[in-house]
Parts: sequence; C-alpha cells; structure tokens
Amino acid sequence: MSILINKETRMIVQGFTGKIGSFHAQDMINYGSTVVGGITPGKGGQTHLDRPVFNTVREAVEQEGAEASIIFVPPAFAADSIMEAAEAGIKFCVSITDGIPTQDMMKVKQFLRKFPKKDRMVLTGPNCAGTISPEQSMLGIMPGHIYKKGVVGVVGRSGTLGYEAADQMRELGIGISTSVGIGGDPINGSSHRDIFEKFEQDEETKLVLMIGEIGGSQEVEAGVYAAKHMSKPVVAYIAGLTAPKGRTMGHAGAIISSAGESAAEKVEMLQDLGVTIAPTPSAMGETIAKVLAKT
Amino acid sequence: MDIHEYQAKEILAGYGVRVADGGLAYSPEDAVQRAREIGGEVWAVKAQIHSGARGKAGGVKICKSYEEVEAAAESMLGKRLVTHQTGPEGKVCLRLYIEAGTNIAKELYFSLLVDRAHESIIMVGSTEGGMDIEDVAENNPEKIKKIQIDPAVGLLDFQAREMAFSLGLEPTQISPAVKLITGCYRAMRDLDANMIEINPLIVTGGSGKLMIMDAKMGFDDNALFRRQKVAELRDKTQEDQREMAAADRGLSYVGLDGDIGCMINGAGLAMATMDMIKLAGGEPANFLDVGGGASAERTEKAFRLVLADEGVKAMLVNIFAGINRCDWIAEGVVQAVRKIDMKIPLIVRLSGTNVEAGRKIIAESGLPIITATTLAEAAEKAVQARNEQVAKEAEVAA
Repeated sequence: MSILINKETRMIVQGFTGKIGSFHAQDMINYGSTVVGGITPGKGGQTHLDRPVFNTVREAVEQEGAEASIIFVPPAFAADSIMEAAEAGIKFCVSITDGIPTQDMMKVKQFLRKFPKKDRMVLTGPNCAGTISPEQSMLGIMPGHIYKKGVVGVVGRSGTLGYEAADQMRELGIGISTSVGIGGDPINGSSHRDIFEKFEQDEETKLVLMIGEIGGSQEVEAGVYAAKHMSKPVVAYIAGLTAPKGRTMGHAGAIISSAGESAAEKVEMLQDLGVTIAPTPSAMGETIAKVLAKT
Repeated sequence: MDIHEYQAKEILAGYGVRVADGGLAYSPEDAVQRAREIGGEVWAVKAQIHSGARGKAGGVKICKSYEEVEAAAESMLGKRLVTHQTGPEGKVCLRLYIEAGTNIAKELYFSLLVDRAHESIIMVGSTEGGMDIEDVAENNPEKIKKIQIDPAVGLLDFQAREMAFSLGLEPTQISPAVKLITGCYRAMRDLDANMIEINPLIVTGGSGKLMIMDAKMGFDDNALFRRQKVAELRDKTQEDQREMAAADRGLSYVGLDGDIGCMINGAGLAMATMDMIKLAGGEPANFLDVGGGASAERTEKAFRLVLADEGVKAMLVNIFAGINRCDWIAEGVVQAVRKIDMKIPLIVRLSGTNVEAGRKIIAESGLPIITATTLAEAAEKAVQARNEQVAKEAEVAA
C-alpha cells in the first residue's frame, strides 16, 4: 500500500508537449509510472512519447480512464487547468507550476469545495515537487533513485529538503511509503494535516515525517490533529531558524508575519503536542531511526 | 510589491474613497508650490518611503506656514529615514506628499488582508486607529473585528455594514463607510493586491466625514504580469539593491547580518542550511536560492552576488541535484572560481544525481576548495573556515 498513487494509477500530464512537460513525463515513464497520455489544447489526436494527446482532460478521463494529473502549465493558466481536472473527474492532481496568483488559488479552493468531500479532487501544490510512492510510481519531478521503499510517510513543503530527508533515510536503510510535496505557497491544495489523515489510514505507513518551515500555522494544526487522532508517531523538522521577521524566504509562503509563525515557536508548540523534533536538518534520518526503533 | 502612500491614495480615490487634497513634491520649492495650490492654513508634509511608523522617525510634519513647509521638506528630502519597519539602514526619501491639514475627531483602523488559514480575503477593523494593530491585537483583542469574505461571491453589503457599525460610527456615517469599505475591497480584488491598510481611517471634526489619512497597499508579485499599471508604480529606490539585482537575474536573495555567504538550490534546503550554520556557531550572510536549473552562467552570477557583500568571510555552496546533475554544477563552480578572484574560503557540498562525477571535478580542479559530504560537515567546515579567515585578516591588519 501507499497513499495517493501506486503502480496502477493512470496518470496524465497537463502541458504534455512543452519542453518541461515532455522531460518530466519521460522521467515518470522511466520510473515506472502508468502515464496514459497528456493534454495540450489544439494538439488532440497527435501522439507524443508514444502516448495519445488530448484537447481536454475530460477526453482523457473518458477514453483512457485517467485518474491522476500533473500540471506543467504556465502560471497564468494553471488555476484554470487545475479546475478543468477537478471538473473532469480527476481524483488526484499535482501542480508543479509555481507563481500562481494568490487570488486565483482562492478561486480554485472555493471551486473544489463545491464537490462533496468523497468526490473532491485532492490537489497538492502549487509550487511543489510532486508525490512519489518509491519503487512503484512517481507523479512529480524528484530524482526517483534516492527514494527507498519502506514504512515512513513523508510530507513537506520543500522539494530539495525532501530529497535531503530521503537521502539521509536511505543511508540508514530506512524506506518511504509515500513522499508528498505540498508546496511552498501561502495557499496550497492540501495541508500537512490533510496528508496526515491519509497516512493514518495507510497500513504500510508506521511513522510520519513532517518537513515544515516558517510562515502560516499549518504545521501546528497538523500537530494538533496528530495529538488527537493519530496512532502513529510523528517526527518533524521546521526550517527557518535564522529567518528574520517580515522577509520572504524564497517560497511565497515562507514569511513570518505574525505570532506563532517562527521556527522556534512552531517547534515549541509541536513538542508540547507530543511530536518528536529533529533538532537539525542533518538529524532527520537519525531521529526517525530512533523513533522507529521504539515502535 | 509595495507602493507609496500617495500612489495608494490615488488608486483608492479612483474607487470612490475620500482622501484629503494633496500633491507630490520633489523639492522644497515644489512643496511650497503644492501647499499654495492646496490652500488653507495647515498642511501635512509626509515623506514617501515604503514603511509605516514614519511619524516617529520625523517623516510626517504638520506645518502652519509656507516657511514651515519648506523647512520640513528640507529636513526630509534626500535623507534616510529609520523606522522600526525599515531596519537600521533606513529608506531614502526622494518624494514628499503635501496634504491639506484635517481636523480629526476620531481615528479608526481598517484593513484587508489575505488570510492564509481561511484561504480568503479578511477584513479587519478596530476603533483603536493610529496604533500598531499588532499591539492592539495583543493588549485589547476584543477591540478587533474580523470578517471573512467568500471568494465566490465577494464582499457583501451587510458585511460592510457590520464592519461599519463595529467601528462605532453614527447612523448617518454608515452608508459612506460602506462605500469606502466596498471601494477598498474592489481595488483589492481588481488589482490583485494582497494588503490594503488604512491607519488611521478618520472621522473629521465638525462635518463628521470619513476620510483615509494614511494608506498602504501591497501587491501579489505573482499577479503583476496581468497588472501592468500596478507594476509601473514600482519605486526601485525603496528596495534593497542587491535583492533587486538578484531578482532581475532570476535568483531569490535576501541579505542578512551574518558573514557566511550561501548559495543553495531550493528555498527549504536554503533555510535548513542556514539553520545548520547557526547551530554550528556561525551566522549566514544571506539567503540565496539558485533554483532548479543552476547553469554555469547562473552559478557565476550567484557567486558574484554573494561576494558583492564585502562582509562575507567564507562561502558555502550546498546543492542537492535532482533534475540537475552534480557534474554540471561542479563545472559551473570551478569556472566561477577561476573567473572571479576569490579571496575567501569556499566550501562545497554536493549531493544527488551524478555526485561522484561532481566531486571528482572539484578534486581535480586544483583549486583550494574545501569539500564536505553531509550537511552537518559542510556547516562545521564553513564556520571553521570563517573563523580562520577572520583571524587571518586580523593578523594582516595588525
């Protein structure tokens, strides 16, 4: 088992024939993902990477049974593509695209809420590296080879810091059930907490690693959820100890604008909630190893 | 992106919001001319810098004669004003806004913000105008009214009325207040603003009219592509020169107070690396995310940017290559070091795709590059190299 994607998940690529879309679609295919086609409006009927190109997501769902989608569409059009996927019946969508206007994301979130929760598309991103269920399937842009299959569920905002965690775990012989990137934007499709719910229900996952950062209150909300509803241990690392208040640290969402948003405050609150903190970014692997040894 | 008070007022006036008569001045003579045009007997001379709390920094002066206007203008123009929002370096004042003096009966607070938790725009109001809203939130939270706006239907009149009543306004002032609140909301929505703060929003003495006294607007950088007119309001003199130069090159840079320069790929890894430097006993000089496609050209630009900070005593490069390849990055680093005459130690940690090939290129370059395999080792070596460099420089100076 894994969450969100597995070997059988039928995937499409929105923005399939562009340079970036093509590159990563090929990479996903090489990894073993079931990529059944892609969308480029106006190029429907053509073949790309030996797979059909469709004009609309609906056609891909009807003709190929597409269930999951990844978005490489430029930021001005990305929100529209996300909503098209939701309307067409896609179950899981990853937006790699970053730089989507905030008010567009508000509309997207509002649009998704019109579907009853059981039918609602799960969106991760924007501005994320995607999701990988190691040695099965990848819907993202990560270097697949650094991920080992195993029992740790990973959820994080940052791409490269997620790679760092995967690499540290692999060095220690620890594997991952699924690693989910939720992106660094202020408004994102899924929160840490949303992904916690899925890991809690996944039999294969024995422990959850949360890689958070400064800004917003998502990490603490996930911690509150874990304290109340989770049977599995949670390890967390929060990046941005040195970040000054009021400055955006690369990710649009990584900014300390009010109380409770700094790394030190989040760490303190999470500790109070029973979350084990990796004290440094280089100690993510060893902290997980210690907690795993106790379970 | 932030804009000046006078620009925000111009925008909001276009949305039917009442502002005092005013005009822009670039010199003391201009300022006096504007005061004459405005007429009356009292004027406010206001420094146009991208910061609040200007009053305490001498950036707002009430004048009762043309001579006073001229003197106030002279005291501000060309000066760097330091407020608690600007940092110690302050912000240069090159423009003044001269405004008709207003008789104030009441000072209120009103703002519109992006609420991350509720994924919508939120309206915030308080009867405690003129103060720092964060202080009010901490000391008198009951004096703050917050109303969520549904993104699907937008601001509704009853919500604007509810806000107006909570500001303690008289029945005759409710309708003008609704117009003002609605105008601000429309500006926020139409122009992709992420913040509008009116502090204070005033009730004038005598006539009891509502007017905005100070206005701040901030815009979503990601939406500027479709807001050309807003983008044109950018005042580059108010922004950090290095951060702007970085942005022009597609790099994300934030200058900090430490002395260990950093070049990292990915915002999260960059923050984590800076954390490691601090935990190892050092202080980072900057945040710098070179992004996914770190080409040789980009690497060189990033090096020049970090080294332009003369306080930097050592530089740490930490790259986790995903889509990238360590051998390409190593070549970029070697090229950059050869081109730039580096006088401080360089520590490089590579990880990920093609890491062996990358390390080989660094090792065989013959350059005095310190290498590390793990994040912790990289940070420790950077701090050590920094300490040695500081000691060496002290020796030379002695």
